Amino acid sequence: MCSRSSEPRERATAALLSPYRAGVASVVVVMLLLCACEREERQFSAQGGSSPSAASMAPASITLSDLQPGVSTQARRGERELEVNAFSISEGQRLYEWFNCNGCHANGGGAIGPALMDDVWIYGSAPANIYATIVQGRPNGMPSFRGRIPEQQVWQIVAYVRSLSGQARKDAMPSRTDSMQVKPRQVALPREEPKSSAPPSGNQP
Amino acid sequence: MHSALQPVGPRAELIADLMLLFFAVSAVVYVIVIAFLVWAIMRARERAVQLGPAATAQADRKSKVAVGVGAALTVLTLAGLAASDFIVGAILRQPPADPLRVLVTGHQFWWEIEYDDPVPGNRLRTANELHIPVGRPVQLIFTSRDVIHSFWIPSAMGKMDLIPGRTTNEIIQVSQPGTFTGQCAEFCGFQHSKMRLTLHARPAEEFDAWRQRQLAPAREPQTQEARRGQQVFMQSSCILCHSVQGTAAAATVAPDLTHIASRRTIAAGSLPNTPSALASWVLDPQRIKPGSRMPASRLPPDDLSALVAYLTSLQ
Amino acid sequence: MTSAEYERERAEVEKTWAEKPGWLGQLMVVNHRTVALRYLVTTFVFFLLAGLMAAAMRLQLARADNDLIGPDLYNQLFSMHGSVMMFLFAVPVLEAMGIYLVPLMVGARNIAFPRLNAFSYWVFLFGGLMIFIAFALDIGPEAGWFSYVPLAGPEFSPGKRQDFWAQLITFTELSALIVSVEIIVTAFKLRTPGMTLKRIPLFVWAQVATAFMVLFAMPAVMLGSSFLISDRLVGTHFFNPAEGGDALLWQHLFWFFGHPEVYIIFVPALGIVSEIVAAFTRRAVFGYLPVVLSLLATAILSFGLWVHHMFTTGLPPAGMSFFTAASLLIAIPTGVQIFCWIATFATGGRLRFHTPLLFVVGFFFIFIIGGLTGVMVASATLDSQFHDSYFVVAHLHYVLIGGALFPLVGGIYYWFPKMTGRMLSERAGRWQFWLFFIGFNVTFFPMHILGIEGMTRRIYTYSASSGWEGLNQLATGGALMIAASVVVLIANIISSLRKARTAGDNPWDAPGLEWATSSPPPPSNFVRPLVVTSRTPLWVTPHPETVIGLPTGIRSVLVTRVHDAEPHHISVFPTPSIWPFLSAIAVTILFIGSIFTPWALVWGAVPVAIGLIGWFWPTKEETATHCKYEVKPPREAPPPSEPAELRL
Repeated sequence: MCSRSSEPRERATAALLSPYRAGVASVVVVMLLLCACEREERQFSAQGGSSPSAASMAPASITLSDLQPGVSTQARRGERELEVNAFSISEGQRLYEWFNCNGCHANGGGAIGPALMDDVWIYGSAPANIYATIVQGRPNGMPSFRGRIPEQQVWQIVAYVRSLSGQARKDAMPSRTDSMQVKPRQVALPREEPKSSAPPSGNQP
Repeated sequence: MHSALQPVGPRAELIADLMLLFFAVSAVVYVIVIAFLVWAIMRARERAVQLGPAATAQADRKSKVAVGVGAALTVLTLAGLAASDFIVGAILRQPPADPLRVLVTGHQFWWEIEYDDPVPGNRLRTANELHIPVGRPVQLIFTSRDVIHSFWIPSAMGKMDLIPGRTTNEIIQVSQPGTFTGQCAEFCGFQHSKMRLTLHARPAEEFDAWRQRQLAPAREPQTQEARRGQQVFMQSSCILCHSVQGTAAAATVAPDLTHIASRRTIAAGSLPNTPSALASWVLDPQRIKPGSRMPASRLPPDDLSALVAYLTSLQ
Repeated sequence: MTSAEYERERAEVEKTWAEKPGWLGQLMVVNHRTVALRYLVTTFVFFLLAGLMAAAMRLQLARADNDLIGPDLYNQLFSMHGSVMMFLFAVPVLEAMGIYLVPLMVGARNIAFPRLNAFSYWVFLFGGLMIFIAFALDIGPEAGWFSYVPLAGPEFSPGKRQDFWAQLITFTELSALIVSVEIIVTAFKLRTPGMTLKRIPLFVWAQVATAFMVLFAMPAVMLGSSFLISDRLVGTHFFNPAEGGDALLWQHLFWFFGHPEVYIIFVPALGIVSEIVAAFTRRAVFGYLPVVLSLLATAILSFGLWVHHMFTTGLPPAGMSFFTAASLLIAIPTGVQIFCWIATFATGGRLRFHTPLLFVVGFFFIFIIGGLTGVMVASATLDSQFHDSYFVVAHLHYVLIGGALFPLVGGIYYWFPKMTGRMLSERAGRWQFWLFFIGFNVTFFPMHILGIEGMTRRIYTYSASSGWEGLNQLATGGALMIAASVVVLIANIISSLRKARTAGDNPWDAPGLEWATSSPPPPSNFVRPLVVTSRTPLWVTPHPETVIGLPTGIRSVLVTRVHDAEPHHISVFPTPSIWPFLSAIAVTILFIGSIFTPWALVWGAVPVAIGLIGWFWPTKEETATHCKYEVKPPREAPPPSEPAELRL
């Protein structure tokens, strides 16, 4: 019988194939793991959410200096979130509207406030700079949101604001919202190279 | 307790009666079909191994008649059921006289409820608890601000979807006072499970009194602690999303808190409205409803208790 | 012809149709039975995984306010469970039965377009692996198997989770479309001489009806998933009401596919029921014509009732009435088939109560409940209460498990000897049946009551004050019984595979052509094409006449005419090839790439084109064979009494 004779062959090939398949699968898995995990996580509360430490959320823990606080651990965490996490950017997009950022900055093109989707950054383009701008406020109209917006939500807004000029990962950005199309599709825009920050003067645009 | 088969209004009663009719017909059909099946199998177990062609041909003639009768009865039964559905549907679609108009807007993950009134000052906004007068039909007008939701109170009415970009409507009418629960029926995201609502039906006078009370602006805080709580409210993230009529808080993306203390539950029916529940909700909503839209406000303990004192004073 | 000559012919045919050896040969397989067995094993593994997901959800729901599984994971679990069960188990497993059985039942040597068949399996496998790897990486779909927009759209489902779901649809629908084309052509053009339209087995009719449904239903959902992925990837506005799109458009596209989908799963299972009933009552199913017409009517009517999934979206009243009536109408053909089967029981010979028949009887008890609750949810008025509640969860499981899985398991017990040459244990089969039957009812019957009491679908938790806890605990207990029954089935299969091949060619004394060949069949299924003179050929004679004269040194297949199955010409079937496998890899790269960038459609098309060119590149040898053996059909139609000229 033909089928009987084929049986040992099947077994042999299965033995031959299984390590090969497993190897390929594990390589693929590892490769995907590297890029997927951070993009897809839905982090509902700030890290270590089970034990809220009041200190980390207290307004006082935020530096008042205009100098870049880019090395603090919070800033680094915020930065990572902003570059890679789709949920954070999407939450930032929602909060940008909920907290009326679009009241002054429109949908990134700028109105009363400066544009956010171009390459000009008056107070610095680093995540920590934007964070400081939101928390501390700036002269000529940018109010301080210290104590108003919890830290995690500020970082989410930072993530979204940076994505407006293409500073976030493309595969983590939302393509559009369910509203009138008021700006070009974010993912289609080129990544702006932020210009070195101009010194804060009284007459920014 | 709150079942589609324990209706509390004339419209839900009609649907429940139709449901019982369908159940009864289905039960009869099931029993008959299964009885035939069991009879046929029993007969076949004690038969000769194989029927001869003549016997089969004779049996097939009988079978032809039986299957034909069965098919005809099926058609008749279905026609009857369809007719009863059409009749009940037509009755339910008749527009009611002088309905109370209420606009319901779905949000992730709560219900915005607005009582319509020609006088703009008499339009009343509340959330998650629908109060209606007993006996009077209420026209609910639905839409959604984000994704599709579905409004369902099993003992009072069937479902109606809340679809962004569209309006739908449905009538609800309740004939006995009481509190009835329901919840979102269309999957809407992380907290679809805890997007609950309650229906409070009460006599017309009581309802009018409730409405008048709710129209009033928020009570000024009376105690020292409540005053401090109001300050906390105005200076923290609360004010960015919530509104309290009569104060500077006027945001509309989250439930109106003008009379929060008069509600029985908070967080769209997820928690009882007690000071301790309120405190834990404000402190960390993501522990109670992971994925809900409210961020944690990790206030220092005395700020938190002052805030709770203020909120519980908003009768 | 002497028996020595016959043996020589047999050896030659076997050699001609043998697959290539070695691990490369495994990737080149074009035999329909090997491909079908791969499909069966793959879908069964997917079924187990999706079943484990269901078990996890039942554990979460066993207690009120349980925090075993959070909403993020729970949403992915039920989305995966639904998508996998529908797209990676129910549809392909019944297709796999078709791929295995249709050529055997019509007496063909292979399925039509065997390389395409191999390609469909690889595409299906890669699509399935993709979604499970994605789930393991926390990129599992999270908006349900129905993926309603705007929840599944770019604003409310960030990241790539829904894109993977949309591409899963593209993968599986591609493979399903391919398989349906093969089944239709096999059933209409490769039938053995004498198998006129009136003699086609009921299972084959069911597969043909299903294949046509797939052809018309799947394009709608492929269109929908393409819209969805372009909304998400490049920001089109198909589903954005603010820019002139419509959220309900998705629901129409999805359910125009989604409702026939139920029948795509259920109709082939009806074919299995017919085959088993006929074999164990020792008579052809009563009312061949009404049963065939019912299958075809079901296929046609199933396209007229998709809106009954949308009764609560505020449709105009006339539409509601129309779709209520259409939804009730489809109960009639199903009812007719049930009556015909009961008449078959009543007028057949003595019943032999083996496990396959046991599962068919279980099918009656469960499926009829599902059908009757189907009549209830068909009523627009009642559906306003039932819709999206646990009543519907109960209804759909009664229909799909009762209507499709019970016959399928019965079918596995029935055809297992043909596939492997070994019988499954009857005793274990009985255990499995009763565990499954009782466990199923304990799990799903309480859900009817839960739905009426207001428990909505897709909730990851409920409060203790809702009063739903007791029935949910009962349901979880039942789910454990179902799990136990699946364990018994696996143990039964494994222990049977270790035994010797003792089943014989026709262990059930069944009438179909698949039982006329050895178990398992030789590479060409039949040494020579059989000639059929009846609907139940093997009951007329256990050794039907054969067609002689087909060339043995090439893969020759007899092609016959659609209506009367008269021989028409010889077709030379393709030999094993690696190109289907390579093309499937190229298509996979294109599909997965287009999750991340629209340019994948451009650059990904290059390897696909290379794969297809390699696949269809003609060799001199092949062309010569085709020229030599394939007789061109005559230009003018031959007179009906005279078959086309053949050089046999």
